[in-house]
Amino acid sequence: MSEIRLIVNGVEHVLDVPESRTLAEVLRYDLKLTGTKIGCNEAECGICTVHVDGTPVNSCIYPVFRAEGRRITTIEGLANGSLHPLQREFIAHSAVQCGFCTPGLIMTAAALLEENPDPDEHDIKVALKDTYCRCTGYTSVINAIRSAASVKRGEEPLPPNEPEVSEPLKHISVSEPVQDIEDRVTGRAKYTDDYVFDGMLFGRTLRARYPHARILRIDTSRAKALPGVRAVLTADDVPGENVHGLVYLDWDVLCKDKVRYMGDAVAIVAADTQEIADQAVELIEVDYEPLPVVADPVYARTPDAPLVHEGREAGNLLKHIKVRHGDIDKGFAEADVIIERTYHTPTTEHAFLEPECAIGVPAGYDSEHDKLTVYVGSQIPYQDRNQIARAMGVPDEAVRVKGVLIGGGFGGKEDIAGQIHVAMLANATGKPVKMLYSRSESLLFHPKRHATVIRIKTGAKRDGTLTAVEAELYGDGGAYASLSDKVMTRATTHATGPYHVPNAKIDCYAMYTNNPPSGAFRGFGVTQSAFAVEQNMDLVAEALGIDPVEFRLKNAQRVGVATATGQVLRESVGLIESIEKVNADMRAGDFKWSWRDGGYAYGWGIACAYKNTGLGGGAPDRSDAEVEAFEDGTVEVRTSSADMGQGLIAVLAQIAAEELGLPYKKVRVLLSDTDKTPNGGPTTASRQTFMSGNAVRYAAGSLRALLSKVAAEELDTPPDRLRFEEGLIRENGHSIGFDQVVRLAKGQGLATKILHEYYGPKTQPLGTGGDMHFAFSYATQAALVSVELSTGVVRVHRIISATDIGRAINPLLVQGQIEGGIVMAMGNCLSESYIVEEGVPWTRYLARYKMPSIKHTPEIKSYLVEHRSSDGPYGAKGVGEIPSINTSPAICNAIYNAVGVRVYSIPVDQDALYRAMQRGDREVFTAWHDVK
Amino acid sequence: MKLWEKYHLARTADEALALLSNYSGEAQIVAGGTDLLIDLQQPEKAHQRPKALIDVTCAADMNTIQLEDGIFTVGAAVTHAAVVKSALLERYATCLVESCGVVGGPQVRNVGTLGGNVAHALPAGDGTTSLVALDAQALVGWGDGRREWLPITALFKGAGVSALDSHRDLLIAFRFNACKAGEGCAFKRIMRPQGVALPILGCAVWIALESDNETIRDARICLAPVSQTPTRAADTEAALRGQPANAETIERAVAVAHKTLHPRTSKYRATGEYRREMIGTLLRGALPRAFERAATGQAKAEGVGA
Ligand SMILES: Cc1cc2nc3c(=O)[nH]c(=O)nc-3n(C[C@H](O)[C@H](O)[C@H](O)COP(=O)(O)OP(=O)(O)OC[C@H]3O[C@@H](n4cnc5c(N)ncnc54)[C@H](O)[C@@H]3O)c2cc1C
Ligand code: FES
Ligand code: FES
Repeated sequence: MSEIRLIVNGVEHVLDVPESRTLAEVLRYDLKLTGTKIGCNEAECGICTVHVDGTPVNSCIYPVFRAEGRRITTIEGLANGSLHPLQREFIAHSAVQCGFCTPGLIMTAAALLEENPDPDEHDIKVALKDTYCRCTGYTSVINAIRSAASVKRGEEPLPPNEPEVSEPLKHISVSEPVQDIEDRVTGRAKYTDDYVFDGMLFGRTLRARYPHARILRIDTSRAKALPGVRAVLTADDVPGENVHGLVYLDWDVLCKDKVRYMGDAVAIVAADTQEIADQAVELIEVDYEPLPVVADPVYARTPDAPLVHEGREAGNLLKHIKVRHGDIDKGFAEADVIIERTYHTPTTEHAFLEPECAIGVPAGYDSEHDKLTVYVGSQIPYQDRNQIARAMGVPDEAVRVKGVLIGGGFGGKEDIAGQIHVAMLANATGKPVKMLYSRSESLLFHPKRHATVIRIKTGAKRDGTLTAVEAELYGDGGAYASLSDKVMTRATTHATGPYHVPNAKIDCYAMYTNNPPSGAFRGFGVTQSAFAVEQNMDLVAEALGIDPVEFRLKNAQRVGVATATGQVLRESVGLIESIEKVNADMRAGDFKWSWRDGGYAYGWGIACAYKNTGLGGGAPDRSDAEVEAFEDGTVEVRTSSADMGQGLIAVLAQIAAEELGLPYKKVRVLLSDTDKTPNGGPTTASRQTFMSGNAVRYAAGSLRALLSKVAAEELDTPPDRLRFEEGLIRENGHSIGFDQVVRLAKGQGLATKILHEYYGPKTQPLGTGGDMHFAFSYATQAALVSVELSTGVVRVHRIISATDIGRAINPLLVQGQIEGGIVMAMGNCLSESYIVEEGVPWTRYLARYKMPSIKHTPEIKSYLVEHRSSDGPYGAKGVGEIPSINTSPAICNAIYNAVGVRVYSIPVDQDALYRAMQRGDREVFTAWHDVK
Repeated sequence: MKLWEKYHLARTADEALALLSNYSGEAQIVAGGTDLLIDLQQPEKAHQRPKALIDVTCAADMNTIQLEDGIFTVGAAVTHAAVVKSALLERYATCLVESCGVVGGPQVRNVGTLGGNVAHALPAGDGTTSLVALDAQALVGWGDGRREWLPITALFKGAGVSALDSHRDLLIAFRFNACKAGEGCAFKRIMRPQGVALPILGCAVWIALESDNETIRDARICLAPVSQTPTRAADTEAALRGQPANAETIERAVAVAHKTLHPRTSKYRATGEYRREMIGTLLRGALPRAFERAATGQAKAEGVGA
């Protein structure tokens, strides 16, 4: 320990800290200024940016002793009495979603504005090039910065870019800000790692040394002997069942006999400091007998492939999913053109900027924790609780899961990470235990997007009518089932695309391998099948000599048409309108599909998509919500549904405010505390606006009915004549305050708290016909790309999208989902690939996984299409996933139109593309990760 | 994770050398730390973690950019950002500004140094590529007390292997001639959007024209990576000397480069074939810029922050 003097946000601090500290560590752990976030610790993500003597630096790699005597400014020091213009404009332009990156973006931008009071888009892109945001897609960020610059110059702020919506109500279809948004721009917002408890210990997990190996011996004695170590636990210490899993129980809490992938947990440690825990893990001795590795899903299905899970009748076959529709032979017999191709998509990584973190607090530790409590940013709190309880051998009610703010999820925070481990360590030590994963560990451990191989055969008549689709999909499920069954089912059922295809035969094989498990990831399998479907559509259109837009319009799903699973669509099919909107914009002016200019080939490409809302497939879909009114006239909405940045908090508050005629600010939302909030079900499948939205709507509706009765008596009028408006309950000139009515109701002994258990409309299992899903969202996107002829470098210049989401309850938030989804999907198409070599991940650092940065952000125009869904709240259906489904095929169709080369494997490889162009090849089958 | 125990801020190069010597090999130099701190975190490098770090970012005599009698002296601890901001370097050593201007993002350029880029000895460090084309010399303070100026290329012993041992030796400064009338230089590189932040290929060229402003008197070219260490493309340079500064000459130089340079395939980065093709693309992009700068005496760095 040594003394250091720092001036942080104008305050001088003299600290005694180890010389090995980084500036980020001192700010976060010694000074408790947790607004500065750590996303990677490798100078990649930029979200730890602070100013040292005015210069922006990555605090994660800035040794603190270099800062001796210097002036440090963090996000906490930016607001000077009132919010900094950047903070205000980030809120106004909805440039904040999960908020985990926000302090970094704002600090980087603040330095820019000091140097350049009037930055243009290029200047902003240069300054923020290495400060990542995984949620927003950056368009709103650019607008917010320009607006803040304007304010700082003493001019007017720029208006936010509000999308057009139809029939707005008082609070619905209005862009209300998320309630706690100010916390996210000031650094006050607390994510899991920002919580500290007295006496807290630090955990670390020992992971497998081989992708597939038998465990012969584990010796923890040296680790246990290390001073400061409080517990070292292995499989033998799991108090209950040593297993977890979301659909199948197949995942060991701690591996006993064998490890099945490199992220498998073998032992866990709790110690007084993180350093000691890290050291202790290295002292655990494990003897392994390495086993042959199953590295790809096609091989996994061959008879000689070793078994990932022994004793399963189906071997490595996790699930065979089938769609049969019409008569496939007849369909192809009728076809004049048949196109059959095979497509490859890679494993991809969510790269949410907040690595996984969980804290366990033992029962009775202090007055706030009478139960074993786990703090975690989770997408499914109640299932976490259930899985923790099973492993701990206690009833569900003995465990409390407290959801905290989530720094991005995208499907990657549905599975158990450290939740069970911290519960075990907390019980074993009698102390709170925090387990924070490093970026490396996060990359290694959590389930990814399935790599797929998709063979698809599409048939159509000369007049452009689709007659048949046959497809075979292989999905790499990795070592554990996670959500593979559901994800690959979605890939399968959506493999005809959003078209009327009378005959279909689709087979999907989800396979176990020794790769990292695959699970949920925005798009849920449909991202992969759309890549194949939509390129085949263009190939067929070309073979028929039909314009690709017309070809899609001709076959587009519409009301009255049946999907490949036999579901007859009865309403809310906005596909045609979405195609028309995009087409009109794309063709405005002097339109050409392709042209050349100054060393670049330009091309437009188009693709469509659809995506179910809700679990579907016969799974009972339920969400519970509680709405309680208080005597001060405020209302609290409670449900265990996750807001991972998409803004569910605002949506639920808007619905309650609308139903109860309250000012928006009078509604509070409490999410994800299994002791205080009822089960909202998983935050997945774009379901929460629909499901929890409905639950809140009905609960609020019942509360209104109850309060109406009381008010009616008071005003001496029939209840149905009352209007609830801005906190008042009115009837013809008479009115009474909402708060007053609540007091009256309570005085009468009425409970002003209503719980509603909302069941989504019934769905049918695959293969039984009928409604497999209760709603679908639709989208069309057009992409304008250029290919640099001298290098093969691909750039996306414009994306035009039109998305049918039923109703935009919060237009700016919906637009944020669309812009963020599109940019994330650009990564899927152009840069992202999680590489695994024979079961061993090569992508162990963020430096080896490039997601889109602000400099890749194209101009995005997003139109909303609002074909109401009669069961959705105010007509809304899902929006979370639909924007990231068709971007990749739109870009690849555009590349084909630009240079005549069809890309069958993503991410698009400029190297292979350039060489194909040179040789006159028309097809590229390899991606960059094929370069050995 | 403790990556080091003690931390020392050296105020001069001599102090840094003295500290290194006190630790007899158990301390290591750190500058911006944009390579080192990331390296030290890797579990496979755990055994290489030093006892102490000697920080040279505040060493006054390693932080200056000077132009005297037509010779630039640039301290090894000068950051990429400082290089980019220097109007003198932009005017008289444009390629260096262009190459430092594309390293990482602003936060990395604000702390990452030219010395760190060279000491790391990667086959294609961007700053390094330009220093090689500028025929720079490096001032090294050896652990045994000697100080000497060496051609910078003498520092590279293999991919990531330097003649310097940053546990004992110190890179203090670089020096190179400023572009005179009739001289110009340029840097360009090709990146890919995937994988690690290292160029597929970088290219720095320096050109001197005869007084007719049309004939190439001299040329220096560094293309990297085409071998384990950053090296000059001697045959390609020879193909330019004495030739008119025009497109035909460039094509002849490209042909020679194609014949004499044999870039390799590197895993997850580029095929050798693509790199070979990109040699042409880069020479066709960089040489005309350098010709123009040499002929006009005007130079504005391009692509900074790209
Ligand atoms: C996100 C990111 C992007 C990057 N992009 C690029 C890029 O585009 N192009 C590129 O070329 N590089 C890139 N880099 C690598 C790196 O930033 C540069 O190589 C930088 O110049 C290294 O300098 P530094 O001062 O940070 O070195 P350090 O990390 O401090 O040191 C690197 C090595 O050199 C030694 N060393 C440093 N200074 C001296 C000295 N004066 N004497 C003796 N030894 C010394 C250290 O001991 C260490 O071994 C990137 C890095 C990151 C994190
Ligand atoms: S750059 Fe510092 S945490 Fe990512
Ligand atoms: S809001 Fe930027 S990462 Fe979530």
